[in-house]
Amino acid sequence: MPEPVSNITVQMPRAKRAGLLLFFLGPAVAIYSLFSIYPLLATMALSTYTSDPSGARSFVGLANFETLLGDALWSKPFWNALRNNLIFFAVHMCVQNPIGIALAGLLSLPGVRLKGFYRTVMFLPTMLSVVIVGFSWNLILSPLWGVAAGALKAVGLGSLFAPWLGLESSALVTLSLISVWQFVGIPLMLIYAALLNIPEELIDAARVDGLGQFRIFFHIKLPLVLPTISLVSVLTFVANFNAFDLIYSVKGALAGPNFTTDILGTFFYRTFFGNQLQLGNPTMGAAVATVMFFIILLGLCLYLFLVQRRIRRYAF
Amino acid sequence: MTTDQRARSIGVHLVLIAYSLLAVGPILLVVMNSFKVRSAIFGSPLALPDASTFSLVGYEKVFRSSHILTYYSNSLIVTLVSMALVLLFGAMAAWALTEYRFRGSTALALFLSIGIMVPIRLGSVAILNMMRSAGLNDTLTALILVYVAQGLPMSIFILSEFIQQIPKDLRDAARCDGVPETRIFFEVVAPLLRPAIATVAVFTIVPIWNDLWFPLILTSSDSTHTVTLGVQQFLGQYITDWNSVLAALSMAILPVVVIYVILSRQLIAGLTSGAVK
Repeated sequence: MPEPVSNITVQMPRAKRAGLLLFFLGPAVAIYSLFSIYPLLATMALSTYTSDPSGARSFVGLANFETLLGDALWSKPFWNALRNNLIFFAVHMCVQNPIGIALAGLLSLPGVRLKGFYRTVMFLPTMLSVVIVGFSWNLILSPLWGVAAGALKAVGLGSLFAPWLGLESSALVTLSLISVWQFVGIPLMLIYAALLNIPEELIDAARVDGLGQFRIFFHIKLPLVLPTISLVSVLTFVANFNAFDLIYSVKGALAGPNFTTDILGTFFYRTFFGNQLQLGNPTMGAAVATVMFFIILLGLCLYLFLVQRRIRRYAF
Repeated sequence: MTTDQRARSIGVHLVLIAYSLLAVGPILLVVMNSFKVRSAIFGSPLALPDASTFSLVGYEKVFRSSHILTYYSNSLIVTLVSMALVLLFGAMAAWALTEYRFRGSTALALFLSIGIMVPIRLGSVAILNMMRSAGLNDTLTALILVYVAQGLPMSIFILSEFIQQIPKDLRDAARCDGVPETRIFFEVVAPLLRPAIATVAVFTIVPIWNDLWFPLILTSSDSTHTVTLGVQQFLGQYITDWNSVLAALSMAILPVVVIYVILSRQLIAGLTSGAVK
């Protein structure tokens, strides 16, 4: 909450105050409104139009959405992308966040040395471009290079190796795990910071009562960082339903094999920008973007009204 | 330390070391093999390059057949200009929102925070139309404008928290001396915001440097590609030339890693500071 205004600024003449506000807020509000909010609204407006080959646009109401959700030519890839996106998100929630929590828990144990070193190293992949990460893993998992196959063979699991990125059955989960590998740093850091904020006395009291580190973590620390965990979950949700770069750089716009790795981001790109198989269609693209907007909005609302409200915040 | 505690401490370190290896292993593998001849890349991928296997042939190829230096300078221009504008306009707006409360200031703060959660990417169709009609298509200016709009909400949020921590007396003392408001901001407040730069950098600058989407949508010629897009296209083209591919990947990785290692202390402090509670 902002502090009370100091008297001097309140006593300023109105015109002078207005001038100051315009000077300080003008540039930020102008750029943000023009290049962020306006395009979002304009995209939604565009989704109610259709254009003929000559480029002329005509208003069609919700017809684009009816096509997207009802016409098999559009709805099949749409539902496929949505389902894949849910799997992508589920893998992040089930793998990325637990690993992040576990590593943060280990790092925050008292007396662990080299914390700074571990943190720096573990956060490194998060800093890299998704394109680079995707392509590097593409090489590592490639049967041509044989690094992954060799590593598995070295621990006696050589028979488990398969070209995971190329198989319809495993490509999506493999890509999700690559993304998990890259972004574990985010839950790790945020939860680590939250763990550090827990007052020492609380932990000391538990230790005096005879609790071991394991039980202290599960019964005291973890409940206290639940708000951060739910924040991480909603960040993951928004990022996952907006993801594109990884699939595009490893699999291309067609999200192969046979669209098994297609998520909403790549579906949006193909619809709007076109690809080898179809021409770009800006108005249908706008409709896809609008649907994605409402999916993200739904997630945010669920978080704000269901999760955020129920979690008790502890003030230290 | 009892033996029990020592055993537990070793166990903790083993897990942490194992995960650290998993985190840097793939990056090291790519960088290491980019310095080797083709036969050694496939023959012994896990070995360090030595006198007989060392080779820069991949790097030569990348320099010869791509505009990698143009990509670097484009990325630098776009990132630095966007960062400067995000910090300047962000700090000014954060200052006005926290210092001069006015009717509608809460509403304006809410309006600005929409951009933290809703990805600007969803407005791409309209952004492309706007840039085309403004003649900014395929220019770095278009990228900068979009990135500033994208970075502002988070930076205003972070910088507001910093500005609230600056002691009230400091600005009021200056006001009593009759110093104009603009000078109070630029000469008293702005220099105190320096520690916030690292935090803002993590949340706004890194995503800009790494972004693929907007260069892909908004730029079409080699002269405006950024490193991320340029390398992505190069990789697609030379996919079977392992030397070049590994070299191109390393050239995209190394600058980020070097800067990260130099700044990691501040970056991580920024990330774990109160900004995201």
